[in-house]
Parts: sequence; structure tokens; C-alpha cells
Amino acid sequence: MKRMGFLSWALWFGYAFLYVPIALLILYSFNESRLVTVWGGFSTKWYAELLHNDQLLSAAWLSLEVAAMSATVAVVLGTVAGLALARFGRFRGRTLFGGMITAPLVMPDVITGLSLLLLFVALEQLIGWPDGRGVTTITIAHTTFTMAYVAVIIQSRLVSLDESLEEAAMDLGARPAKVFFVITLPIIAPAIVSGWLLAFTLSLDDVVVASFVSGPGSTTLPMVIFSSVKFGISPQINALATLMVTVVSVGIFIASLIINRQERQKQRDEQMAVQGG
Amino acid sequence: MAVQPIRKPTRLEPWQDPSQTPYVRIEKVTKAFGDFIAVDDVSLSIYRGEFFALLGGSGSGKTTLLRMLAGFETPTEGKIFIDGVDMAGIPPYERPVNMMFQSYALFPHMTVEQNVAFGLKQDGVAKSEIRERVGAMLDLVQLGRFAKRKPHQLSGGQRQRVALARSLVKRPKLLLLDEPLGALDKRLREQTQFELVNIQEKLGVTFIVVTHDQEEAMTMSSRIAVMNHGVIAQTGTPTEIYEYPQSRFVAEFIGSVNMFEGRVVEDQSDHVLIRSEDAGCDLYINHAVAVPSGATVGVAVRPEKIALSKEPPAGSDGRNVTTGIVREIAYLGDVSIYLVELKTGKTVRVTAPNLVRRTEMPITWDDEVYLTWRPFAGVVLTQ
Repeated sequence: MKRMGFLSWALWFGYAFLYVPIALLILYSFNESRLVTVWGGFSTKWYAELLHNDQLLSAAWLSLEVAAMSATVAVVLGTVAGLALARFGRFRGRTLFGGMITAPLVMPDVITGLSLLLLFVALEQLIGWPDGRGVTTITIAHTTFTMAYVAVIIQSRLVSLDESLEEAAMDLGARPAKVFFVITLPIIAPAIVSGWLLAFTLSLDDVVVASFVSGPGSTTLPMVIFSSVKFGISPQINALATLMVTVVSVGIFIASLIINRQERQKQRDEQMAVQGG
Repeated sequence: MAVQPIRKPTRLEPWQDPSQTPYVRIEKVTKAFGDFIAVDDVSLSIYRGEFFALLGGSGSGKTTLLRMLAGFETPTEGKIFIDGVDMAGIPPYERPVNMMFQSYALFPHMTVEQNVAFGLKQDGVAKSEIRERVGAMLDLVQLGRFAKRKPHQLSGGQRQRVALARSLVKRPKLLLLDEPLGALDKRLREQTQFELVNIQEKLGVTFIVVTHDQEEAMTMSSRIAVMNHGVIAQTGTPTEIYEYPQSRFVAEFIGSVNMFEGRVVEDQSDHVLIRSEDAGCDLYINHAVAVPSGATVGVAVRPEKIALSKEPPAGSDGRNVTTGIVREIAYLGDVSIYLVELKTGKTVRVTAPNLVRRTEMPITWDDEVYLTWRPFAGVVLTQ
């Protein structure tokens, strides 16, 4: 047991730091008692009650909807922005533009939310759109700040992509638009998928920006959870969180299985190539 | 080491035939990237069916010139004509040329077959014809049984041949090759050199090859343009470039060479005599040079054209003969390289075939030897 020293302590402490809160949350979702912090025996009744809580369920559904929509729009806009930054070549103010795309990453959510709210109100007064605040405004707001993340991911993928692939396609007679859809897009597809997932997670997670730009009848799940904390958390929220953790864990597990298999397949292929001479 | 061209000389070289029109004409082309001038006022004529090499070190502008032919860069000044058509404003996807990239640029998400078929698909060729032509092309590069594999399932040599097949399948009149053998190991490279020449002769396509490897350029090409700092230093057949370099740069870039400095003392129509402190003797060269008496010139003598002996050579008049002490011997199997230090302090490189086994070799370390060469061996360089 040579390794039982500082490093293993650091390991255990680090993981405990990360996972004890989540483990506690899962444990208390099976709590019989109504009081969140007092153990009253094992029960699954909160899961049953959750299924009948329309407010929570509709908020969860709304959140998923907003996340999916804003992630999709963000991926389209972010890919276009990333493409422009990576492939436009040198132009005056390129560094400025490059820096400006990443600014929303570091901008405090409060400021993003407030400025968007001001914009929506002004727009409504000027052109009558968006008509009040609701799903549309939340989606637009989420697209605004998640798009920056997608653009950064796509840009860094494109920078590492061998430009001669695109040149070769053009040399063989493909026009630039075709080159993009037939060569570039399939090759950067994994980056686009991870950009979408990141945007989806960020949107699902957001409470600050959504609070500014949401209206009556458009309360997202994080907002519901956040506001219900004020009256004391219902164990139903624990149950809901447990379900979400489960879904995410299963998703990650399957993804890593697939990646593992592809990796092994690739190694076999490469070995075959070397032996094949 | 002298490298012999592997192609048979053709009957009449097109560049010497005034009735031929060049297939590719590069006229006073300059390319600047900001303040940096990559290609500087280059003019070249390349003829149909040639295997033309652009040879130079990194940063010599050879790749930029090739990319301008393909249409990936626009000349800052000058014009490029291919088959008589001005290429200005014609995008890469409409040019009658194809290019083989240094990185091969195989599409990683497509099989070998799909990679090769890509160009034909863009032209809207019928499916049955695509299948036929791709099959024939894969057979030509001996990759028929790898058709369904992805690029990452192939070895380096196989990838190189897929790239070649992909660039040839559209039957371009002109193929541009950017360091086509750069990523291969030495043995595979030699073998592939012959394959490339064979394919080029079989298909009759004009090849323009960019390379930094002088041996590669010498063995494969019909003509070579040696480039340095964006300028063409010399254009000629491999033999011309090797035997009659026009400048110090070319003489030193192609093979190895001994340079002697000297002063012209006799300047006749059939010979020149150069007095050289460097060499420690008079240098006699049996051809005229257009330099006035008294001018300082350089004389290049290739290492394999110098003979070593322990006895003074018979019938010598003291010209093209000097003495020195053997300092280093590198035994390479077929030849040995001798580094001989002259009395003047200059070190001269001599290569000699190993006619006898090493243990029986008459010349060894610290021997005093005579170095001689024939009147045709030296080349006078004024630049």
C-alpha cells in the first residue's frame, strides 16, 4: 500500500466534495418524512406524488423545450460564427471580433438578463414584438449566451482541422457551399453535437437570465425549484432531481461505452493497416 | 553521390522545339503576403507531357507557386496561362488541374472508393461510369482490395496511392503534386518514384512536382527549376543542373561540391586558366567563359570528379593537381568519402568507388595524396 498517502487522501476528499451532496439528495428523496432534513424511514411516496404535481412537471417540460430550441438555434448561429472566425482569414479587427464572441462567457448573468429585458421591452414598444415575455423571450435569451460557447467550440475544432481537406474538395470540383455540407460539416459533427449538449445543459441550468426575461405562465424548472426553496423544499424536488441525475448518468455511461468501443475498433483498424503494409 | 535520371531521354525535348507552344505559361508572377514576397517575378514555360520539378528549400516559394496554379492563391502581379487560357479569376473548382496534397487530404469520413469517386460525382458523371473508372484507377495504383476501407485503416504508402488515384481519376491535363513522397520512408520512397514516373508516362499527364529533395527531383523529372527566396535560380534538365550549375547556390544545393576561389589569368576561346590560392595550383578549364582577365571567380568541382593517388600523376603540367593529407574517411559501402586537407588549409571532399575491399584500400588516414581532375571537371561560377 505504497500509495496510501497524501495523494489518495486528496482523491477521496475531492470525490467526497463532489458527490456527497448528490448522494445526500438521492438518499433524502426516499425519505418518508415531510421534513427534508429529518430521516423518517424509507418510502417512494414522493415519486408518486411528483407524477401528480402538474406545476413541477409542466415547468420541467417547459425547461426541456426551451433548452432544446435554444440549443438548436445556438448551434446554427455558433457554427456560422465559428466558421467566420476560423476561415475568414486575416482582416482588420479580427482580434477584436474574436474577443467579442467570447465576452458573453464572462459577462455576469445578471447583466445579460437585465440588458435583454430592456431590449425586449423596448422592442415591444417599438414594433410590438415580442408580445409580452414568455417562452420566446427565454429561448432568445438562452440562445444569446449559449451561442458564444458553441462558437468557441466550433472555432477551435475548425482551427485544428486540416484546411487542405476543404481545398482538396474544391480542387476536385466542389463549390464552396457543397464543400461545407459534404466535407466540413460531417467532419466537425462531433464538435457540433458536443456544442449542442453544452448549450442544452447551460439553458436547462439557468435561473438568473430566465428570471429577468420570463413572464407569467412561463416558469422554468430551475425557477420553480428556486422559488419553492423560500417555502421549504418539498421532498418531491429531491425525487425529481434524483430522476434527472439518473437520466444523465445513464446517458454518460452509454456514451462512454460507445466511445470506448469506437476507440478499440480504431486501434484494431490501425493495426490491420500496419500489418497489411 | 551522382544520381542518374531514370527516364529515357525522349527524341526531341519540347522546350528546345520552337514549334511547340507551352501548356503552362507563368508570366512575371509575383506573390506578396504583406511585406513578405513569397514568389518574385517568376516566368516559366512548361510543356505537355513534362514531369517538371520545382526544387527548393523551405520558404523558397515553390509551394506558393503551385498553389497559384491550383487557384488557392491569387498572384499579386503577373499572369498564369494553362492551355492558352488566362487563369485570372477562375476558381479552383473550375480549373482543368488537380492537385495531390502533401498531407494527402483524404476525406476521413469516406471510404477509399468514395474518396476516389468524389471528383467524378461533382461533375455529374453517370453512376455506372463512376464505378468503372474508380475501379480502373484503384487497380492502377494496386488498391483494388482496399476499396471499402476508410483512410485511417491504411498505411502511409497506401494513403499516398489513394491520394494519387483521387487526383488522377478526373483525367486532368495537369497534375500538381506537393511533396508527393515527403511522408514516406526511404525505401518506399524510392519504389514510389519509379511508380510515379511509370504512371505519368502511361497516362501522358503533365506533372508539376514540388519537392525539397534534390535526389527525388533528379531521378524523376524531365526538367527542374531550382528556387531560392522566391526567385528561380536555374531551369534545366537534371544533367544540366548538376553538371553546369549557373550559380554557387545551385552548385551547392544540388549534390555536394568543392568551391575554389581564383583569378582569371588566361582567357582564350577554347580554355581558361585560373590561378587559385585556395587550391594551391592553377585551374585549367577547357571551355571559354565570358569574364575579363583578372576577374575573381569561383570554380566548382564535384567530389566524384577528383581522383586520389599516392604517386604524382604521370604527364602532369602542374595544372589541376594539388596535394593534401587525408583527414577523414567515411566508408559508405559502394563509395568512400575522403576529406583531404590541402596545404592551403582548405578541406576538399572526394568520393571514390570502392574498387577493392576496405582492408586492401591503398589510401588511409594521414596519407599524403595527390588530387587531380580533368579539364572538363571544373565549372566557372561568376555569381
